[in-house]
Amino acid sequence: MSEKKKITVSIMDGPFENARTVTALRLIDIAARRGYDITVFAYEGAVSLAFVKQTAHANAVHGRDAAEEDHPLPREWIAALLQTATANGGSIDWINCGLCVDERGMSEAIPGTRRGSPADLLKAAEAADGTLIIGTR
Amino acid sequence: MAQYTFIASRDPFESRESEHTMSLAGELRRSGHEVTVFLVQNGVLGARKSSGSQGLSKLAREGVRILADTFSLKERGIDHARLEDGIEPAELDLVVDHLAEGRRVIWH
Repeated sequence: MSEKKKITVSIMDGPFENARTVTALRLIDIAARRGYDITVFAYEGAVSLAFVKQTAHANAVHGRDAAEEDHPLPREWIAALLQTATANGGSIDWINCGLCVDERGMSEAIPGTRRGSPADLLKAAEAADGTLIIGTR
Repeated sequence: MAQYTFIASRDPFESRESEHTMSLAGELRRSGHEVTVFLVQNGVLGARKSSGSQGLSKLAREGVRILADTFSLKERGIDHARLEDGIEPAELDLVVDHLAEGRRVIWH
């Protein structure tokens, strides 16, 4: 039986801003479906991805109420990823950089995520089979 | 021999930095390393046959594996038949494969 794979992904972009977020979550989803152990280190604006108070809204331009608009919320995507990993025998350790959280007042994150430091990223990278750092450029 | 995978996410017509990444990929290949360039997001815009895709085609001839994310192609309405010679459509799963294999995966 082969040893379970571990990968680490670091992301920096805030929600609703850049396609990098979608690509990062797609990568994490693929690894979660494989049952990998995944560490995600969210820093700078990316600590907002798991912010618990993200709220769907209506869109008057579209003429839709909140339910019809069905606005996508990254916190829901992350919750789904956590469930996918567990269901496939893997795990996601989603770490929000504490300094970045404090700067932005983003201390309320969804269950299953935690606060950490760049030292956690270093440890995760050292333990991982592969690490991908996704910057903002 | 090391194995490198570059993830090229930027529109090559918008930023000259893409050229630097491709140049590095070529230099690594010529130094004997195994190199893959995975185009994603607006990076796939450079995969269409055009004057801007000749650099990628040249890299492919040198032995760099050039792949374009099928999801990104579909998002942008780029049919696989429009891809430059030497560029193949591929699933994003390949990047996860490379991470799990311990290849050096570099985002740009």
